Amino acid sequence: MPGMTPPVLDVHGLSRTFQLRSGPVHAVRGIDLTAGRGEILGVLGPNGAGKTTTVRMLATLLPPSGGRAVVAGHDLLDDPAGVRARIGYVAQSGGLDPSCPVGEELVTQGRMHRLSRAGSRARAAELAADLHLEDLLERPTAALSGGQRRRLEIALGLVNRPEVLFLDEPTTGLDPGSRADLWDLVRRVRRDHGTTVLLTTHYLDEADALADRLVIVDAGTVVAEGTPADLKARHGAATLQDAFLAITGRATDAPAAV
Amino acid sequence: MNQLFADTGVIFGRSMRQTLRSKTSLTFGMLQPLLFLALMGPLLSKVDLRTGGTSWQAFVPGLLVQLSLLGGMFVGMGILVERQVGVIDRMRATPLHPAAPLLGRTLRDVVQLVVQSALLVVLGVAFGLRAPLAGVLLGFVFVGLLSAALALLSYGLAMNVRTTPEFAAIANTVVLPMMLLAGLLLPMTLAPGWLDAASRIIPFRYTVDAVRHLYLGEYTDGTVLAGLGVTAGLATVALYGGLALFRRSARTP
Repeated sequence: MPGMTPPVLDVHGLSRTFQLRSGPVHAVRGIDLTAGRGEILGVLGPNGAGKTTTVRMLATLLPPSGGRAVVAGHDLLDDPAGVRARIGYVAQSGGLDPSCPVGEELVTQGRMHRLSRAGSRARAAELAADLHLEDLLERPTAALSGGQRRRLEIALGLVNRPEVLFLDEPTTGLDPGSRADLWDLVRRVRRDHGTTVLLTTHYLDEADALADRLVIVDAGTVVAEGTPADLKARHGAATLQDAFLAITGRATDAPAAV
Repeated sequence: MNQLFADTGVIFGRSMRQTLRSKTSLTFGMLQPLLFLALMGPLLSKVDLRTGGTSWQAFVPGLLVQLSLLGGMFVGMGILVERQVGVIDRMRATPLHPAAPLLGRTLRDVVQLVVQSALLVVLGVAFGLRAPLAGVLLGFVFVGLLSAALALLSYGLAMNVRTTPEFAAIANTVVLPMMLLAGLLLPMTLAPGWLDAASRIIPFRYTVDAVRHLYLGEYTDGTVLAGLGVTAGLATVALYGGLALFRRSARTP
């Protein structure tokens, strides 16, 4: 459990500056975070806090401007290929080809992770059974409901049995029933496979219900860290909402000050 | 290297299945050359295009290059959509070789455009084209190289623009003057000296001249070799350019 083994995710001073025509934008200003094996780490913050930029850096999609990170035992900067083989990444936009049937997306994802044809088909069947997608295999992804889409996207992220699964705003836009199902799914992935999950969210109830530990980010830096219970106790707050307000001075949906 | 081939094969298969699923993809890009073939080709049948041979032997090669140009230049539209919904990021977060998403798609486009070209030639024969088989087959090599070059550049561009209209504006602006200047519809043998000279800065001019000579069975007079050199050179430049543009896009949000 957390703390007993070397962290699966070890991030120090990670930063990213975008050079725009209007001048530099410091999206992430030096973030530190760690997560142990099988831990669900919630990265909570208002829109524009730098959550997506952080996840994209950790998933090797965006080179950091500064800092270092070890992801699943591999250095992010020196061995991005080693990192890619051991992570699952589910973007907020999902990344599905609308015309592609569900089964084919799953098999192709396996092939991209260099599984053999047969191995890839077997893994696809296994995940389809596990994530209740068997009846949808022939259906184009455009015809899926919001909850089904998310299940498929997470299945794609799990094809390579990742040590770390990154979920960027996984329940944004889902109805309450689908959100609850997705929370169950994330817990089950952790329980059955010991997968470390880093998920970003701006929903306080989600952070409270799902995360073992929270990192609260605001304007590109970590402003607080701890278990949901810790954070509440530390600020004498009855709810995470109150604690969040005490820490950041505003509600999660308010845009970050620039 | 083997890994690059295997990964390119995975993306080629995925892209090919996308194409076969889409009911419009085979006709996409083909409509315009088909209309030219059916509605303009017959107008030229009694005109001396001063290329030697029949007007069809000059006109059909022009349409093939036009098909490559239009078909190749606009393939970027597809990757723009995939980029916007996050498909490219999903691929980039796997161990897949970074060049495979570009090369696999380009290979698909080459196959698609060569098949469409063959269809166009068959229709051309129905209208009255007669050309040596070896020349026609060699012509497809030029079509393949040119399609690859344009597809690579189109993807490179699409990965570095912000919006679809921006891409369409750039592609349209490039295609029309190129098409006219290369002498695709009417050969530059009809052109006044200044226009003929201007057209020599357009690489497709050499491609279309070479294919016209192939359709006349004139394989050894230097035009074919010059066309092959320019077209292969363009494809090589496009390969490096396309890969560089693709890599560059990974560094920007």
